[in-house]
Amino acid sequence: MNRFSWFNAVSLTFGFAFLYIPMIILVTYSFNESKLVTVWAGFSTKWYGELFRDQAFLDAAWVTLRVAVFSSTLATILGTMAAYVLIRAGRFTGRTLFSGMIYAPLVMPDVITGLALLLLFIGVGLDRGVLTVVLAHTTFAMCYVSVVVSSRLATFDQSLEEAALDLGCSPAQAFRLVTLPIIAPAVISGWLLAFTLSLDDLVIASFTTGPSATTLPIKIFSAVRLGVSPEINALSTIMIGIVTAGVITASVISKRNMVRQRREEQAAARAQ
Amino acid sequence: MNSTVFAPWEDPEKKPLIRFQNVTKKFGTFTAIDNLSLDIYEREFFALLGPSGCGKTTMMRMLAGFETPTSGRIELAGKNIIPVPPNKRATNMMFQSYALFPHLTVWDNIAFGLRREGMEKDKMNARVEEMLRLTRLERFAKRKPHQISGGQRQRVALARSLAKAPTLLLLDEPLGALDAKLRQDTQFELMDIQEKTGTTFVIVTHDQEEAMTVASRIAVMDEGQLIQVATPDRIYETPVSVYVADFIGDVNIIEGKTTLIEDGQYQIDWAEGQMPLHAASSQPFDKGQTCFVAIRPEKVAISAEKPQAADNIVQGKVLDIAYLGNLSTYHVELADGTIIKSQTANTRRIARRSFTWGDTVWLSWTATAGVMLAR
Ligand SMILES: Nc1ncnc2c1ncn2[C@@H]1O[C@H](COP(=O)(O)OP(=O)(O)OP(=O)(O)O)[C@@H](O)[C@H]1O
Ligand SMILES: [Mg+2]
Repeated sequence: MNRFSWFNAVSLTFGFAFLYIPMIILVTYSFNESKLVTVWAGFSTKWYGELFRDQAFLDAAWVTLRVAVFSSTLATILGTMAAYVLIRAGRFTGRTLFSGMIYAPLVMPDVITGLALLLLFIGVGLDRGVLTVVLAHTTFAMCYVSVVVSSRLATFDQSLEEAALDLGCSPAQAFRLVTLPIIAPAVISGWLLAFTLSLDDLVIASFTTGPSATTLPIKIFSAVRLGVSPEINALSTIMIGIVTAGVITASVISKRNMVRQRREEQAAARAQ
Repeated sequence: MNSTVFAPWEDPEKKPLIRFQNVTKKFGTFTAIDNLSLDIYEREFFALLGPSGCGKTTMMRMLAGFETPTSGRIELAGKNIIPVPPNKRATNMMFQSYALFPHLTVWDNIAFGLRREGMEKDKMNARVEEMLRLTRLERFAKRKPHQISGGQRQRVALARSLAKAPTLLLLDEPLGALDAKLRQDTQFELMDIQEKTGTTFVIVTHDQEEAMTVASRIAVMDEGQLIQVATPDRIYETPVSVYVADFIGDVNIIEGKTTLIEDGQYQIDWAEGQMPLHAASSQPFDKGQTCFVAIRPEKVAISAEKPQAADNIVQGKVLDIAYLGNLSTYHVELADGTIIKSQTANTRRIARRSFTWGDTVWLSWTATAGVMLAR
């Protein structure tokens, strides 16, 4: 059955090479002794040291972290609320329109989202800085959270909430004590997804940020225009590490949860 | 034992606990409950019985507060409960799907409602322990719902709904998931609990035997309407229509035209070349009116020799024998093709049975064995 032909082997190799060679090169050169990016002069971690002494990079990192934490938290709250309402509110006029609209920003080009937000911020006279980037990231990350959470809510047994109401909970208590703990893994993976999205975003951030708030991707992008430095490679390696950790954690959480859910469903099915 | 029979529905002075008054529930244009009025009394074990989709769950959900009637009034202890949200009602529901909280232990599931009430810790602990003991779940208190069996889960759901000592307990097909033995045990357990706690139970079931076993009264429903509300024995012995007779238990239905012989005694012409049947009815029937005689198979005697004296005697051939262990049901085909079922207790070993497939046999029953039904 397991036919691992030369064709499969070649396509697999090429596919993965295509995906990962650039990153491998980047990570490798971040440990290069030489200042010259293309010449290998032995292993060293000195660029990481340089990086941590560079105040501009540290500032940018601090801005990025704050933006990511605040925007992903806000996006998680709003996205969860949106998902909950769209799944639970039953039929109301324009429901299909609303659920379609929540997914539209997913396919919207970043340039357009960025531009639209920029126009909005200028329109309402908001000074561009950390706040505007947070708002912008919240806007686009919330759709992702809402997708993740609503796919969990769709399989959530509504009679659990009814049981909570029946036992004396107000609707808000039922959500807090029953629904939220059960969908928590989806909410957490939504948060992690929003966090990593905010961490990598360049386009929307450059539209909506001001001089006081330079995020790491913006910093890297502008530094690279003056020439690639091993410092940038080191920084990028760290970011790859963080994003990878975030994505892996999110998928492990949702996978584990899915397995557990299936096991519980099977157990329930046995009872029938 | 109580010397007086429990029958509050016969006492005009008695106030019902639940009162449905002309309740209609529509989903869009579909009428799920159709202008239904019903009284249920305190300490009753009331069973709702009917085919799938007839509106049983909808009735329960209206009592629990998850559905609002389109029109009509529902009273609990004399008060209109329609505007009261589910969390403010003195009712608890045991869900068909159990709806146990998967993230909480058995103990916490049972304590859930008590915590919401803000009950004192000591009192709550005592109450939960009592519920665990009642449902024999002490050993499983620390487990999560997915770590226990289906039957145990069902008992957790029961314990959880009982814990708050509700005035009214709603059980939606509570035993649907259990095997026959566990089901029977739990039925008796339920009756026991009901006797101990004095709670009023409303139970939905698909299983007519279950309704017969546990209920003080049964409501037979069809398409959102009540067809008959009566005690199990009345439903079984004197159904009001062919529908009810057919729904509860096995029955022979013979259609014919009536002629009055003398008061309450009728002669029924039912088939060409067959002797007319005799049946009794307290309800008057006109001459020549179409009527259906419903006779339970166990009231039809079967014999190899022609019985000496009986109100109704027919002859036929054994077509089929359904062996049920303690009982056997004989399907006997008469000369005109009518099939009549007769049920007898298997007091003798099968090998000693005096008739078998294809044998000619005599069926007989008394005039009062059957019920005459107009529809
Ligand atoms: N939310 C709803 N929207 C539309 N129709 C509904 C809804 N709930 C129930 N119905 C309809 O109302 C009718 C009665 O439903 P109900 O659940 O009360 O049936 P039931 O007697 O409990 O059936 P079963 O024995 O199969 O559980 C059904 O025909 C069902 O399709
Ligand atoms: Mg139902």
